Amino acid sequence: MSEATSWVRKDLLGIAELSAEEIRLVLDTADTFREVSERPIKKVPTLRGKTVVNLFFEPSTRTRSSFEIAEKRLSADSLNFSSSGSALSKGESLVDTALNLEAMAPDLVVVRHRHPGAPHLLARRLESGVINAGDGAHEHPTQALLDAYTIRRRKGRISGLTVAIIGDIEHSRVVRSNVHLLTKLGAHVRLAGPRTMMPVGVEGLGAEVVYTIAEAVTDADVVMMLRIQLERQSRTLFPSTQEYFSVFGLTRERLTAAKEDVIIMHPGPMNRGVEIASEVADGPYSVILEQVANGVAVRMAVLYLLSGARREAA
Amino acid sequence: MVSSRRILDAGQMRRVVRRMAGELVERHRGGEDAMLVGIRTRGVPLAQRLAAEIEAMEGHRPPLGILDINLYRDDLSTIGGQPVVRETDLPTAVEEWTLVLCDDVLYTGRTIRAALDALTDYGRPRAVELAVLVDRGLRELPIQADVVGIVVETTSRERVEVRFAETDGRDEVLVTGGEE
Repeated sequence: MSEATSWVRKDLLGIAELSAEEIRLVLDTADTFREVSERPIKKVPTLRGKTVVNLFFEPSTRTRSSFEIAEKRLSADSLNFSSSGSALSKGESLVDTALNLEAMAPDLVVVRHRHPGAPHLLARRLESGVINAGDGAHEHPTQALLDAYTIRRRKGRISGLTVAIIGDIEHSRVVRSNVHLLTKLGAHVRLAGPRTMMPVGVEGLGAEVVYTIAEAVTDADVVMMLRIQLERQSRTLFPSTQEYFSVFGLTRERLTAAKEDVIIMHPGPMNRGVEIASEVADGPYSVILEQVANGVAVRMAVLYLLSGARREAA
Repeated sequence: MVSSRRILDAGQMRRVVRRMAGELVERHRGGEDAMLVGIRTRGVPLAQRLAAEIEAMEGHRPPLGILDINLYRDDLSTIGGQPVVRETDLPTAVEEWTLVLCDDVLYTGRTIRAALDALTDYGRPRAVELAVLVDRGLRELPIQADVVGIVVETTSRERVEVRFAETDGRDEVLVTGGEE
């Protein structure tokens, strides 16, 4: 009897290098872990005795706490390094941090860094498995996996769906990972945003590009809104948040052009009244909180699969 | 040459399962408080068949659960790669029930040890029993079955293969290997 593909990678650095089968294996495995999170005793002994280091060079609340809960539910011992109040903010180089980590012999390292490729550098240096929890505007693989998992649970499939991703396409690592993943699984991806936020050559990723929210939303099965990073507003990519909302904000009226059973997603944290109206965020089509719950299951699946692959390599 | 002997054919297998179901009914005075829990993968078709036989005898079908024990294995750090895990699905809270774990082959006992740990995380059943189609000996833990289909003496170099029509196309039990 042929079982599904087995996981052989030591690291999860991006979606770009994964095959459709590997992606499906993660999503299938997440089903099991979702069930663990629904039990009265939300813990399994699977990673008992394993050490996981959460290395966050950039502030993050939800991704870090999601990983932390996932680690605890698998009985792993976890350790948090974050940028404030540690050597990470004292000028230590990434390579030195890596060498120090190596000496502590963790089994897995979860890393978030503002520079693209930082997790790849760590992965080459460390024997431990490395999970990219966001590197600059490059990739955020576990976010894309949890988005895909949420879509699949709601729609029963990914292939053939039209997924509109709307907002700051240029600065979003979520977009890159999502476009790779959704196109690999056969979805049609439509990107929309102001021209100032649309990277040159984005069509090369295999997505359709439009410049109005009306075109983006029309007949969409899934509408994924991206966070407008207000902290980047010093570069004046758009005139004002009010104007952004009036041109690209997702409102109930705009949503009527989508499929009847459309679902609304957002990777968080949301700016209500900037990229999304409150009545939509809290409305019946929103699956935003489901995404958060599914994030734990998907991260448990990734931690589980990677902890096995490392042993095989060792 | 790898030798292979068939220890049960389809007809024998059906009669053995029927007898096991009869024993379960007898143990549980009709079986009304017993929930059958199949251990993935081939404990599941065994549990389904036992449930069907019990229904034929007593007119009611016992509830059926499915248990995946992979997250509780004690050899996760020695085998290569992670086993594929699937969902556990117990139809109701376990507290009021006597759970009958069902598996195709009882060998070292380590699967059952893992299954007992897994069940603990779902609650405190009234009792847990074990039903296996084949007991091949060679235990590594102090575990025994309450209801056994057939006992076979084997060596550790042999493999016991239980095939079900649902998963493998036909019903039979084979012992393979063991000779040069």
